[in-house]
Amino acid sequence: MFAYVVRRVLATIPVMAIVALFVFSLLYIAPGDPAAVIAGDQATPEDVERIRQSLGLDRPYLVRFGSWVFDIMRGDLGVSIFTNLPVVTMIKQRIEPTLSLMIVTLCLAVSIAVPMGVVAAWKVGTWIDRAVMGFAVLGFSVPVFVVGYLLAYIFALELDWLPVQGYTSFSQGFVPWIENLILPAVALGSVYIALIARITRATMLEVLQQDYIRTARAKGAGQTSILFLHALKNAAVPIVTVIGIGIALLIGGAVVTESVFAIPGLGRLTVDAILRRDYPVIQGVVLLFSFVYVLVNLAIDLLYTLFDPRIRY
Amino acid sequence: MDRRTFLKAGAVAIGASGGISAPALSQGAAARTLRFVPQANLANFDPIWGTQYVVRNAAVLVWDTLYGFDDKLEPQRQMVEGEEVSQDGKTWTFKLREGLRFHDGEPVRSVDVIASLTRWMPRDPMGQLLRALNEELVAVDDRTFRWRLKAPFTKMKMALGKNATPMAFIMPERIAKTDSFTQINEYVGSGPYRFVRNEWVPGARAVFQKFDGYVPRNEPASWLAGGKRALIDRVEWVVMPDPATASAALQNGEVDWWENPITDLVPVLRRNRNIMVDIADPLGNIGSFRMNHLHPPFNNVKVRQAVMTALRQEDYMRALVGDDPALWKTLGGFFTPNTPLYTEEGGEMMKAANLERGKQLLREAGYNNEPVICIVAQDQPITKAFGDVTADLLKRLGMNVDFVATDWGTVGQRRAMKNPPNQGGWSMFHTWHAGADAINPVIYNAVRANGDGAWFGWPNVPAVEAEVPNWLAATSIEQERAAIGRLNRAAVENVVYCPTGFFVGYQAWRRNVSGIVKGPIPFVWGVSKS
Repeated sequence: MFAYVVRRVLATIPVMAIVALFVFSLLYIAPGDPAAVIAGDQATPEDVERIRQSLGLDRPYLVRFGSWVFDIMRGDLGVSIFTNLPVVTMIKQRIEPTLSLMIVTLCLAVSIAVPMGVVAAWKVGTWIDRAVMGFAVLGFSVPVFVVGYLLAYIFALELDWLPVQGYTSFSQGFVPWIENLILPAVALGSVYIALIARITRATMLEVLQQDYIRTARAKGAGQTSILFLHALKNAAVPIVTVIGIGIALLIGGAVVTESVFAIPGLGRLTVDAILRRDYPVIQGVVLLFSFVYVLVNLAIDLLYTLFDPRIRY
Repeated sequence: MDRRTFLKAGAVAIGASGGISAPALSQGAAARTLRFVPQANLANFDPIWGTQYVVRNAAVLVWDTLYGFDDKLEPQRQMVEGEEVSQDGKTWTFKLREGLRFHDGEPVRSVDVIASLTRWMPRDPMGQLLRALNEELVAVDDRTFRWRLKAPFTKMKMALGKNATPMAFIMPERIAKTDSFTQINEYVGSGPYRFVRNEWVPGARAVFQKFDGYVPRNEPASWLAGGKRALIDRVEWVVMPDPATASAALQNGEVDWWENPITDLVPVLRRNRNIMVDIADPLGNIGSFRMNHLHPPFNNVKVRQAVMTALRQEDYMRALVGDDPALWKTLGGFFTPNTPLYTEEGGEMMKAANLERGKQLLREAGYNNEPVICIVAQDQPITKAFGDVTADLLKRLGMNVDFVATDWGTVGQRRAMKNPPNQGGWSMFHTWHAGADAINPVIYNAVRANGDGAWFGWPNVPAVEAEVPNWLAATSIEQERAAIGRLNRAAVENVVYCPTGFFVGYQAWRRNVSGIVKGPIPFVWGVSKS
């Protein structure tokens, strides 16, 4: 097991290297010029060129890539072209809101979606099943920003229960922290809930047909025990896999959610950086997201052993 | 983990986080904090290096200027106590006000001013003129400095006090010695507010704290002139990329003042009795599209005239700001309406709106169906609206339009390319100019037509350029107007660019905020909150 973990961690190195090369090359060939954005709309072509030179953007591809890789090896993600702040500092400023949003969304989604899927499977063919599946279709179909606007309108503007926007750090207290996260988490979680609920239902339906479930029933096990101890545990591997894959959905969704709810997280940082062509920031954030995604996959693989003792590494 | 353990762990975690909730701000503290939603993100904070309006708007809180424009566009003394001009008009001697201090406690000295002006000059059109005339800029003593020029420069106070970017902000010498094309990383000014750097989250928030050492002038405040009295202790800029969110936050009282609500949301805001809505900047904006004078088809003046003759500014304005005529007007000249130099001399073609005549001109020009590469930034509502109208206009004119939908970053790069349109270049792009930047021909580089030295599109019209020195040399407003009249006529005849109309925008604020004025910058001094 330990050797497996070490192997997987080492395997992240070539993955990250490929991501780095890909991201850098993509940005290099993409149109757009940060110097033009910095110089402003009234700048002359000479001003733009002078700024380009001062930022080192006139250097050849290989020189720029080599210098960036060298800096990364030393743990330096570079300095933002626009803010003049180290990319690491900017990520540190933004990571707490995004992490909070993801954790709350994940907890909310799993705690709602798994029971929903289980109940739908148990009551298959009934109105409960159809209601759950109807919700799942809605969750998939309605864009996050529409859900976000609706929630903000109802719960913030009309009812005045929750704030419209912003983020309050956890260090300011649990209640203000969670108040700011409820609406974004529900908006972001709607797709995620739909996804997990559908997978849970499908997997549970399959498991509930197995012989050992029939045996459990024959032995007189209660319905709750059958559903949650016998069936759900055996259905867990695909569900956990989907939860892991869904982290990518969360990362993508966070970009929109953070914009709608004005949360100063990594998603907004990424969008702002892309629009301005702030190359060091884009590269740094994409590398971070890739690293997180690789680690999540590793964690999911390790979690399999908890749910299925037959799996050994 | 059983239920009891879970609850215990939860209680411990909440306790460790500092309690259920942090104490709320007292009412007094809330009244001393102004939460403001700016037009854009404050991504950098060097008003010389980055010339975006949002940087300028934040910078006026932190840095002061020697002179400042009042609401009549007259430059008035600000940091300067007085000035003397020699008989021949070539030597200016300035004396700074007493008691000026930077936020680090150091006094503002002549050497700081000289370093600041030296950094500003290469980046500013009026500064470049001054640099060309500069013979000697020296400190006489800590509060007095002298500027000797090769020739008289009557627009000196205008240059040092204008609100067009980049403004001539005064910084400490150690900071101002930074090359003007390199970003500063220390933000120390002598203005009424200091920048709280450790609370700056680019893209989300910027905070300004009242500077107790600031000594305002005695005159009443008028835009950048007069006494800049800070009545609010703390100004928080809250960046909101989404207008619907900003609107909801203003209605909910989570922010106090929104700089630029979009027109679509104004009726909603107006229905809320806690919110005031008014025109933001009477100087407004001039919409435009620029044609590439270097390559076909727009290297042919007749083709440019055909387009200008056919376009209806009203179409552009309605597409952008809607049907409220109070928000826009059509233009017969290139300069900002209702300012001293505005003229419609020779501007009939701009208001012609005659499609048939445009078609005829196009035929006379021998247009041969060359493609028009129209690059349009879709992420800017203004350029998106203008681009759609232009594409339709050109098609109706019978031109071969290649509509390139892209983002502003790409337009910024591509418009600088002088290659032919089919080799990565372009034929036309859309933009707009702040009215405050279009009040005279020196700061208004979009109207200049000095070929390679001109703004993107590179128009070359000697008749336009000939009037710039005439305006500079003018000693009366009549002479100035005469020069600008001739310039306007030449610019229209040669279609330096196509104005698409003049438009203004709104600002909105909570009723408990008072003292907000209309102006090209959201002026915080004089604003209070109950």
